[in-house]
Amino acid sequence: MRKAFTRTLVELAEADPRIMLLTGDLGYLALEPFSDRFPDRFLNAGVAEQNMVGVATGLAEAGFIPFVYSIVTFASLRPYEFIRNGPVLHQLPVRVVGVGGGFEYGPQGTTHHGLEDLAVMRVQPGMTVIATADHRQHASALRATWDLPGPVYYRIGKDDTTEVPGLDGRFRLGRAELVRAGRDVCLVATGSVAAEAAAAAEMLGERGVDAGFVVVACLQPPPTDDIAAALGNVPAALTVEAHYAAGGLGSLVAEVVAERGIRCRLRRCAVLTTPDGVSGSQRFMHQAHGLTREALVETALEVLGAARR
Amino acid sequence: MTQPPGTTTLSGNAIRRIILEQSKRANVGHIGSGLSVADIVAALYGGVLNLPALDHPDRDRFVMSKGHAVLALYAALHLRGWLTAERLATYCGEGSILGVHPEHALPGIDFSSGSLGQGLSIGAGVALAARLKGSSRRAFVLLSDAECNEGSLWEAIMFSAHHRLANLIAIVDLNGQQALGYTENVMSLTPLAERWRAFRWDVHEVDGHDAAGMAGTIARLDTRSGAPHVLVAKTVFGKGVSFMERQIKWHYWPMSDDEFRQAIADVARAG
Repeated sequence: MRKAFTRTLVELAEADPRIMLLTGDLGYLALEPFSDRFPDRFLNAGVAEQNMVGVATGLAEAGFIPFVYSIVTFASLRPYEFIRNGPVLHQLPVRVVGVGGGFEYGPQGTTHHGLEDLAVMRVQPGMTVIATADHRQHASALRATWDLPGPVYYRIGKDDTTEVPGLDGRFRLGRAELVRAGRDVCLVATGSVAAEAAAAAEMLGERGVDAGFVVVACLQPPPTDDIAAALGNVPAALTVEAHYAAGGLGSLVAEVVAERGIRCRLRRCAVLTTPDGVSGSQRFMHQAHGLTREALVETALEVLGAARR
Repeated sequence: MTQPPGTTTLSGNAIRRIILEQSKRANVGHIGSGLSVADIVAALYGGVLNLPALDHPDRDRFVMSKGHAVLALYAALHLRGWLTAERLATYCGEGSILGVHPEHALPGIDFSSGSLGQGLSIGAGVALAARLKGSSRRAFVLLSDAECNEGSLWEAIMFSAHHRLANLIAIVDLNGQQALGYTENVMSLTPLAERWRAFRWDVHEVDGHDAAGMAGTIARLDTRSGAPHVLVAKTVFGKGVSFMERQIKWHYWPMSDDEFRQAIADVARAG
């Protein structure tokens, strides 16, 4: 998604001189198409993320649309109060771009795992929160939201090749994308781990379970009606996210289920443990936290069994 | 404004009187901080800032980064005719947007503030934007000395110097005090001017109670090229009210009736 991000941003910036790109000294071999094409609208703000967001606030007040870029944790957590008191409080069009959500920086260790960005961004009023499933959907999401009047948070993945089958790059602000309908169980996923959920839904079908699959790339504004519609006619549902269980997609879906009184057994497939220092590849980490396609299939069968009892 | 350089149309003591009246009426503190910056605000709003109108796009921007002293700014906006007496009298009232810290919803407040260490970054963004757009607008940021405890402030200091933001003017209210003690005892800032100089800023050590002097200093700054500027403004916390000067308790303390009468008398005596 990094390449899709830069490529799409260059396209947009060709047409609109308000777009600027600031980085916290990250993005080697990712941002060059922008920095080469628009050197005057590109700024390496150094390893100083708080200041970068503050500067972006001042730029946005003057009419620019600044994108600030860093790894998920450094983009969302380090400057969090600057985001709150700047773009959110003033409702300015600053775009915070966090690269490598979940365990995409697996072996880099816990400091580089992006596991709470969606939660902390989702609680900020007026903040649009987007975590796309693949590079095609990211390009669509960027085209659909780059000029929103208020702030936007984008969680983007590092993978520019994997595509979620059937999603076809669809994105609508405030909506969820139904990839396949199913009567037995519904898998609802966000971010690049959605590819695992898509595969799990396929595998469940092969085992005679009619599994639906929905991608929630826009967590705020929340696609409440779409979630309610997807879960209204199934006995069980799984949310799938590379994120802590609290506050992210699972929480969002649980809110909809509870507030709408939907009769659906929900299981939040997410990171449930306290960091223990263990790290490894993204695949290893997904295995450790039950986020692989195989693990999701087993969880779906278990939840479905419980729901039917 | 077409005020001649080095003059000011606002009186620091007129600002002080309003600070005292409103703080007493609302029975709130943060009085000493407001009194400390009254002359700085008088200089800025009495002629330094280019403010053809509060919504003029190319007006100078002002960030009250030490947001807890904003009552001085409300007073200045009132004295300039931009804030009615009726609205001023809602200070700290129920449902008012005139709180202890500034909200940009109030005309005349460019940026909300209240969390220390954030304003200079915003000012740097304003200054950078002006340069990119070819605008003559300048960014002024009023900082407290204790705010220099914040690490993020030094990010902004480095950034602004690196990008040679000559149209950025910071003013540090060097009153030597913070909420719970004297800055020298909490976390020493000395030598503060030297520290800014070492970070490649154009540093001016000034008397923070000489509004005309500060206006003159600012008028002589090169805001088109070169380093960003900082006025390290020596002030007295609680300035103008004898029993508040240099007293820690007046960071938070509200006034009794007797104290209010004496404070008003002190300020009236000073003119």
